Amino acid sequence: MLGPFDYALWVLSFLAEAYVVVCAVKRGTFLRYASLNIYMIAAALVSVGEFLVLRQHGFSSREYYFYYYYSDCLLTVLLFFVVRGLYAHVFKEMRADRYLRIGAALLLAATALFSYLVVRENKDHLTGRFVVELGQNLYFVGVVLTYLLWAAVLKLRETRTRLIQLVLALGVYFSGTAATFAIRNMFGNVHFVSVIQPLLGTWLPLAWAYTFTRVSEDARLATARLVAKAAR
Amino acid sequence: MIAALIAVISMAALLQFFVSYCRSIIAASRKLELSEQVREVTGIDKQPVGGEEFGRLLQLVRLCPARGDDRMDIRLVGLYFRLLNLLRGIGRAVSKDLAGWSERERQTCSYFAAVVLDRRIAYSRDLLAQQLSDRG
Repeated sequence: MLGPFDYALWVLSFLAEAYVVVCAVKRGTFLRYASLNIYMIAAALVSVGEFLVLRQHGFSSREYYFYYYYSDCLLTVLLFFVVRGLYAHVFKEMRADRYLRIGAALLLAATALFSYLVVRENKDHLTGRFVVELGQNLYFVGVVLTYLLWAAVLKLRETRTRLIQLVLALGVYFSGTAATFAIRNMFGNVHFVSVIQPLLGTWLPLAWAYTFTRVSEDARLATARLVAKAAR
Repeated sequence: MIAALIAVISMAALLQFFVSYCRSIIAASRKLELSEQVREVTGIDKQPVGGEEFGRLLQLVRLCPARGDDRMDIRLVGLYFRLLNLLRGIGRAVSKDLAGWSERERQTCSYFAAVVLDRRIAYSRDLLAQQLSDRG
């Protein structure tokens, strides 16, 4: 059963998602972070759908359970496009867009193939455990991709604060969610996981809303190396 | 087995991403100089600001009217500070490097709190000046 805390987090996420999109449209940066904004729109729509399914079928219903997990899987696939967009920002000056497009297509194909194989393997018993396992694997692919992106950010000495914070917030979301899915897969519905998961769901839109509000596109982080140079 | 592996790797990645995220928030405050007024109020006269000052500085921050735009920063850095306390405790038993690093990070957290306090004091002063001018 959902309590007032869950509803509050839900409303907060929805508002933060809408806020990110409205801000982007107002400032004319919608296309610069197109995949991210499309993800935010999709996440807001999924939240509305979730509310409707919950109202019609109830929290403990099978319909709600499957809506929750499958819409989550679809949103995760959309998040891969966000990661691809962030890769494009990081590698912009290297003109690696063509390779990124090929990489993204391969990744999407590999994810689709992997998901298909898992579905085929489990087609006779598409149970709750299966959706948790699929979610866990998809999120873990996200962790690996974001970690590689973060390594590239460090290697290329990226200093754009906004980009860095967007990547790190995504990293926190992916790794936290992959860990909670894995714990759920091992131990079932642990109470602490059911508290953490909605918090993580709110984290991403809130962190991105924060970044787009507080950090300007021109803001730069002084890396330790630059600080040391300036002090000399 | 695979789930356990994913859980461990993801938690390690979560720790690293979270630490880096908090450091990126704190980094902006490192460039800023503290005003004379905040040094006077807090009694801080030397650099770096001690890690143990963090709690006291945060209490002072809470006494000032909130600007409304720094609450998330304060909460996150507060959480980061608690994590650093834990790491310092572990570091003391396991590795001196870890203990040293976490102490330096605690100092940057304290400096961040001092910068927030500075901003809030300036904000309060502006509010007061505005009220006085409205009356006049």
